[in-house]
Amino acid sequence: MRLFVSEGAPGSLPVLAAAGRAQGRAELLISTVGPEECVVPFLTRPKVPVLQLDSGNYLFSTSAICRYFFLLSGWEQDDLTNQWLEWEATELQPALSAALYYLVVQGKKGEDVLGPVRRALMHIDHSLSRRSCPFLAGETESLADIVLWGALYPLLQDPSYLPEELGALHSWFQTLSSQEPCQRAAETVLKQQGVLALRPYLQKQPQPGSLEGRLISNEPEEEELATLSEEEIAVAVAAWEKGLESLPPLRPQQNPVYSRLRQWNTLYLCGTDEYGTATETKAMEEGLTPQEICDKYHVIHADIYRWFNISFDFFGRTTTPQQTKITQDIFQRLLARGFVLQDTVEQLRCEHCARFLADRFVEGVCPFCGYEEARGDQCDKCGKLINAIELKKPQCKVCRSCPVVKSSQHLFLDLPKLGARVEEWLEKTLPGSDWTPNARFIIRSWLRDGLKPRCITRDLKWGTPVPLEGFEDKVFYVWFDATIGYLSITANYTDQWEKWWKNPEQVNLYQFMAKDNVPFHGIVFPSSALGAEDNYTLVSHLIATEYLNYEDGKFSKSRGVGVFGDMAQDTGIPADIWRFYLLYIRPEGQDSAFSWTDMLFKNNSELLNNLGNFINRAGMFVSKFFGGFVPEMVLTSDDQRLLTHVTLELQHYHQLLEKVRIRDALRSILTISRHGNQYIQVNEPWKRIKGGEADRQRAGTVTGLAVNIAALLSVMLQPYMPTVSATIQAQLQLPPPARSILPTNFLCTLPAGHQIGTVSPLFQKLENDQIESLKQRFSGGQAKASPKTAAGPQQIQALTEEVTKQGNIVRELKAQKADKNQIAAEVAKLLDLKKQLAQAEGKPLETPKGKKKK
Amino acid sequence: MAAAAELTLLEKSLGLSKGNKYSAQGERQIPVLQTNNGPSLTGLTTIAAHLVKQANKEYLLGSTAEEKAVVQQWLEYRVTRVDGHSSKDDIHTILKDLNSYLEDKVYLTGYNFTLADILLYYGLHRFIVSIQIVIGSFCAVFRMPFFSLS
Repeated sequence: MRLFVSEGAPGSLPVLAAAGRAQGRAELLISTVGPEECVVPFLTRPKVPVLQLDSGNYLFSTSAICRYFFLLSGWEQDDLTNQWLEWEATELQPALSAALYYLVVQGKKGEDVLGPVRRALMHIDHSLSRRSCPFLAGETESLADIVLWGALYPLLQDPSYLPEELGALHSWFQTLSSQEPCQRAAETVLKQQGVLALRPYLQKQPQPGSLEGRLISNEPEEEELATLSEEEIAVAVAAWEKGLESLPPLRPQQNPVYSRLRQWNTLYLCGTDEYGTATETKAMEEGLTPQEICDKYHVIHADIYRWFNISFDFFGRTTTPQQTKITQDIFQRLLARGFVLQDTVEQLRCEHCARFLADRFVEGVCPFCGYEEARGDQCDKCGKLINAIELKKPQCKVCRSCPVVKSSQHLFLDLPKLGARVEEWLEKTLPGSDWTPNARFIIRSWLRDGLKPRCITRDLKWGTPVPLEGFEDKVFYVWFDATIGYLSITANYTDQWEKWWKNPEQVNLYQFMAKDNVPFHGIVFPSSALGAEDNYTLVSHLIATEYLNYEDGKFSKSRGVGVFGDMAQDTGIPADIWRFYLLYIRPEGQDSAFSWTDMLFKNNSELLNNLGNFINRAGMFVSKFFGGFVPEMVLTSDDQRLLTHVTLELQHYHQLLEKVRIRDALRSILTISRHGNQYIQVNEPWKRIKGGEADRQRAGTVTGLAVNIAALLSVMLQPYMPTVSATIQAQLQLPPPARSILPTNFLCTLPAGHQIGTVSPLFQKLENDQIESLKQRFSGGQAKASPKTAAGPQQIQALTEEVTKQGNIVRELKAQKADKNQIAAEVAKLLDLKKQLAQAEGKPLETPKGKKKK
Repeated sequence: MAAAAELTLLEKSLGLSKGNKYSAQGERQIPVLQTNNGPSLTGLTTIAAHLVKQANKEYLLGSTAEEKAVVQQWLEYRVTRVDGHSSKDDIHTILKDLNSYLEDKVYLTGYNFTLADILLYYGLHRFIVSIQIVIGSFCAVFRMPFFSLS
């Protein structure tokens, strides 16, 4: 048999040391070959040492060669040796190769060299001392010892790399090194040069990969790009080339939201729901009539939504003649078809205030636990639900007098009788629709618990009148007529309202709400509508969100915790940024929380550094390098792949928004922008532009493609940030058809030669101290400007009562049409009391707006 | 597949009825077998060889000195070259080399089926399953008449 070795190949050591074992069994010839010679015919890469057997077979594993020699001498295989050799090959060798490479090829020293192998050395030392055997696999030296010794010798022959504290290892090593076969092998291979004799061989080996890096990766997951098919690329490129031609004719319309961008005929409505107890109470507080209160707050609401760039076709209100007409019509039809029941209801009435008290206006002793401040619907202490009439020692919260139980007649919607129709409708509607899971769950729970007749009237004055004899002093319960509000608001917008609301075959109705409103939209109104039998359009997709919390807790208007609608304007942060962040954290599947620091982070990282950075750079390159004209684009196959990826992401965005997954679709936009940034980074157009003809053309292509991506982003962004979108489109001078249509493929909307406008940054960085002070401002109750009169809770209570009393006085005077001067005096008193109260609470005083007639 | 699963599969192939319990060690999750009458054994090929002996099928480790050495060589090849390498170039080289080696052989040791064939097949399985187009060039590798092991 022939052994092939190479100068400085470390594997030669154990092989030569083991070769002595085979002596007498077979003739061994030794040949020296160059380190890059491929001795083994079937191995692509060169390997030494190699043993060619008489049979013609090759052994190319150093350990296997040694094993062969030992087997020839009659040695029997055992588990422990196998274990050592497996460990040597899988654990020791990688560490040792690295150490030797650092030492011999890179000239490193000390811990840089010893570090990688320290653990392995300790393992050997530990095993030896634990077994208290002089050798690795038994009492006499054996295969395992030779193989390991041979591997370790080049390093450990230098005492500075043989740690003194590893005593067992130390003596084991010395014992073996002093043995004749090992000594001879060492001399042959290292030739007095020590470890440096290995240099000619090691230099030709690949650099060892970082051991740590391979085992623990801290690299963030790179977004895996989907593999593209040839067909996908071809389709995407063809669509791109058709460009503006592909766009359908523009249907002129005002305010784009997603559905309008898709050219679907859309009506977007909302309004203020104004009837009910809360309005009456607030009116008393402020010394105004309910109508005046509603007029005032409707305007405030409308302004807020306008500031937020919410583009309703119409923002209406429920206190209109149309509402009365439609509600009474539905009621009459329900009555005629036998879906209305009549019953007696016992309620608490405060004779002093001359009204029946809603639950929240009664306070008393809890009949279960004796808590003295139990509310009329639930005891705050023991949490049990109660009926107001069950309270012991009840008191009217306003005037503190004791209310009496009075019975009155009320009307009930016979939900149990309508139940079958509702279930039938749900069975048809729910499957395949986009009702959110929480809405489905809530509706099913209501149905499962069994529908009960629901009271639809109240003893109030402020509401839709009940058109039935004997019920003249009653109005409809707000949650009966509130949902009818959508219809009446439409009727106030167009006289063609029935084309929307009595047209279920052609209309898709989406309703958006928080989950506490689901039962009214999903069961109560559909029941009324189905019972009225007038072909009403029912909700096709009920989209309910979970709750939005504030920082670590909940929003609280009374405690001043959180940012409420009208306060956002004062923060100095633009509406579009609010829109972006709130949509980013929209509580779709579960509750989410508003966080100032998170908003700062998202603004700075996603808007500024990702989106803003990409769009700005793309535009800047066109301006700076191409005089403001989009350059020629010659797409390489890589560019075509990018184009296809953008198209696929765009289509993903469509799929998501069609399913009302607003949060996720926003991330699609950011993903495309990220790809865009990477594309620019990789292609370095700012460098290429300074190069030769080919480089400049490349810079042109990259710039052109990038600015087209920016144009696409501007349209995708429109539902989320309409002002920013318009700004981008103005900066890029996007042709009008492309501005308000969202295609399903990525099109070339800015062809070569198109002139863009002036480009400037879209977003501003939010600073830490700015955010910190805002966070403080809205955290509630803390000492801001210290109030002049530090008021205790009792004082506040007393002032509150005085304000309410004074409000009553003013209202009565006005109702009685008393002397103008007298009224003015009492109003002045009221305003002063309110000021005192505000100061005591540390809140800013609201300045009442002037009266506005609708 | 995970080492423990592989060893369990091997036990079945060897006809061992008693299922051993394996634990895993370290970052690379190296299998460990606790034996009843001795210290624990660590390492895939070590445990595999032990199981072969347990099943009284020592011929699967080779009969002659040469065969035994060859078996161990390919077991080592399995755990050093095949395991833990997934770059396309590495896989390509491995398959190319193996194909070349097997051209004049039926099994890795020549004409006798051994543990080396079993463990190398297990180790290559994940590559062969994911390669569709390359099959043509590696006929020799796929000629190996194995019993179905999946």
